[in-house]
Amino acid sequence: MKSYNIAIAGLGGQGIIKASDILADAAFRADYDVKKAEVHGMSQRGGSVNTDVRFGAEVLSPMVPDGEVDVLVLVDASQEPVNRHRLRPGGVPLHPELLAQLELPDPKTLNVALLGLLSARLPLPVAAWHDAIRQALPAKVHDMNVDAFDRGRHCGLEGAERASG
Amino acid sequence: MEWMRQLLSGNEAVAWAAKDAGVRLGVGYPGTPSTEILETFGALDGPAQWAPNEKVALEVALGVAYANARALVTTKHVGLNVAADPLFTAAYTGAPGGLVIVVADDPGMASSQNEQDSRRYAVAAGLPMLEPADSQQAYAMTREALELAERWSLPVLLRLTTRVSHSKSVVQRAAVVSAPAPGFTRDIAGRVMIPGNARPAHRRLREKLDQVAAWVETPGCGTRLWNAPHAAVEAGADGDQAMAKTPDVRRPLGIVADSVAVLHAREAAPQADVLQVRMVHPLPIETIRRFAASVERCVVVEEGDPVMVEACRAAGIAVEGKAERYRFGELNVGRVRRILAGEDRPESRPPAGKPPQLCTGCPHRIVFNLLRDLDCIVSGDIGCYTLGALPPFDAMDTCVCMGASIGVGLGLRHALPPAEARRVVSVIGDSTFVHSGLTGLVEMVYNPPPSGHVVVILDNQTTAMTGLQEHPGTGRNLRHEPAPQLIIEEVCRSVGVPQVVVIDPIRERERLPATLKQALAEGGLWVLVVRRTCLLEKTRQQKAEGSA
Ligand SMILES: Cc1ncc(C[n+]2csc(CCOP(=O)(O)OP(=O)(O)O)c2C)c(N)n1
Repeated sequence: MKSYNIAIAGLGGQGIIKASDILADAAFRADYDVKKAEVHGMSQRGGSVNTDVRFGAEVLSPMVPDGEVDVLVLVDASQEPVNRHRLRPGGVPLHPELLAQLELPDPKTLNVALLGLLSARLPLPVAAWHDAIRQALPAKVHDMNVDAFDRGRHCGLEGAERASG
Repeated sequence: MEWMRQLLSGNEAVAWAAKDAGVRLGVGYPGTPSTEILETFGALDGPAQWAPNEKVALEVALGVAYANARALVTTKHVGLNVAADPLFTAAYTGAPGGLVIVVADDPGMASSQNEQDSRRYAVAAGLPMLEPADSQQAYAMTREALELAERWSLPVLLRLTTRVSHSKSVVQRAAVVSAPAPGFTRDIAGRVMIPGNARPAHRRLREKLDQVAAWVETPGCGTRLWNAPHAAVEAGADGDQAMAKTPDVRRPLGIVADSVAVLHAREAAPQADVLQVRMVHPLPIETIRRFAASVERCVVVEEGDPVMVEACRAAGIAVEGKAERYRFGELNVGRVRRILAGEDRPESRPPAGKPPQLCTGCPHRIVFNLLRDLDCIVSGDIGCYTLGALPPFDAMDTCVCMGASIGVGLGLRHALPPAEARRVVSVIGDSTFVHSGLTGLVEMVYNPPPSGHVVVILDNQTTAMTGLQEHPGTGRNLRHEPAPQLIIEEVCRSVGVPQVVVIDPIRERERLPATLKQALAEGGLWVLVVRRTCLLEKTRQQKAEGSA
């Protein structure tokens, strides 16, 4: 079974840790072994926040080694230069600009919309993602976030079609 | 439902274990990366409470364990310094109920003022210390620690690190047990540590440790062997026995590792045999000796200080350690690969991310702008407000440990020539003041510097830095329910500070600079309580009201 190494980067207050919780939970619901690492601490004070999520048959270290990230999800474009070195050769950065043409119901859902974009590249069932979103967020924002996820996913699937077609 | 697999952080796993093992009281003081243990335990309806500081937390827990009930203390690494006094003597008295002290180290200092290695405390105090590598092990070892603490009537340390505390992984819980009923059994000779009682108590401690030292050598207890996939023996307890029997074929590479380094090592060297040290004190030295003899090359991979490598060498076991540069910061797979390759050239530095800042609109900002403009010499302390040391403020000159601002400020005032002494101000947060500022204030009144002194208490009505925990001064308990409130200004007055002024830095914008200038110019002893609720705390309260 292939293992997946995802890194999510952004700034404090952008829901980076929330996004990684959702991703980890979706993989967990799909019966993978999962590990997730993050650095808390002063993260709420607007500084850089990074989290790693790894899933596969068996995951050992909770942190993705440098140069082994498959997909780097950037919730804030400013974080690309400080994280680029973490991508493996052929690894993919997902920029927030990729969703620029999407009209998100609320800019706060950017983290979840980017997960939708990411989901097009991962073998996790949509139901697992939706359940994970509902698990992680308060009921009153469920619809808004599921919608943001679906739009991001649609965008990702279209992009993949264009790339292969 | 209860038996379901769950994805938990190491901290959450410890809390679940405490709950499942019938812990009667969880007590601690917040500190990254340990804070979420008690928050989770409280959310699980476990009896959890914040103490004013770690020393008090350990003393309360010791009382619980004297009453024959299970107790859990949580602290970050530097909190164990604060609690060190009761720790060392609790080792002598022991406690029948089962006392476990969870200490979370922060190698790499993601959010700490130093990266001291708590494993040294286990050696110094003479206490057993268990070290989980992931959340499943954190769950299992918390329960094991409670059982061992009860079995030997000896406090047990459980050491986590930032990565163990804050990484999530899959956890399967075990059967819930109910704890024995509390009750008091008098044991004056065993618990009143006057010299005549303490001398035999020290011997008893060492005898218990001899028993633990024998226990750690039992297969699966002090160690766990993770064989390379192609090895003849299977991982686990049986592996240890197999290892003891088959030293004739020496395998090329063996790694001795503890804590999360076990996982880095298994990933970095999939072809190696990895001996996980579960209990780092007493160290399972004979098992390590056999393991080292079973391999061509034996490398000790440990974060922080060379604790295990030194112990191995002292016992005459030939092991390789790591180059000095790897003492600093945390390990990861890449660094473990370098250690194994004997690579000691400088490492490439990861690009620096964006540093944290005081929030826009944070009331602390007003104070630091003022301290900068008045060219004060600022004896600082630890909390969000330590960010006052960075641009655009550059308005903090010292920060050592919690509570140090007052003592260090007084020392500066005592020694500096008068013109400079009069510029010295101590700045301390509300939670930090209650934690360890009170005695500094008593010192100020008892031994006042000739130029007087000014203490500014930044009272944002929460412990903001670690994520908005309550403390005695907020008037709410760990669960954010109403509790008796310590009134900071009244305490200051009653210890004898003549000038105590409470100021709202936003509503009374003019009064703050005027009062500070007056205090610096006039001399005498002053406390300015600058009170304005933290913005994040306000949001938290609004959310809580909204969901209530
Ligand atoms: C002995 C010790 N325990 C815990 C910590 C973690 N810690 C650092 S500062 C702090 C309290 C911060 O609260 P406060 O003083 O009210 O300042 P604020 O962050 O709210 O501005 C804590 C819990 C520590 N550094 N040392």
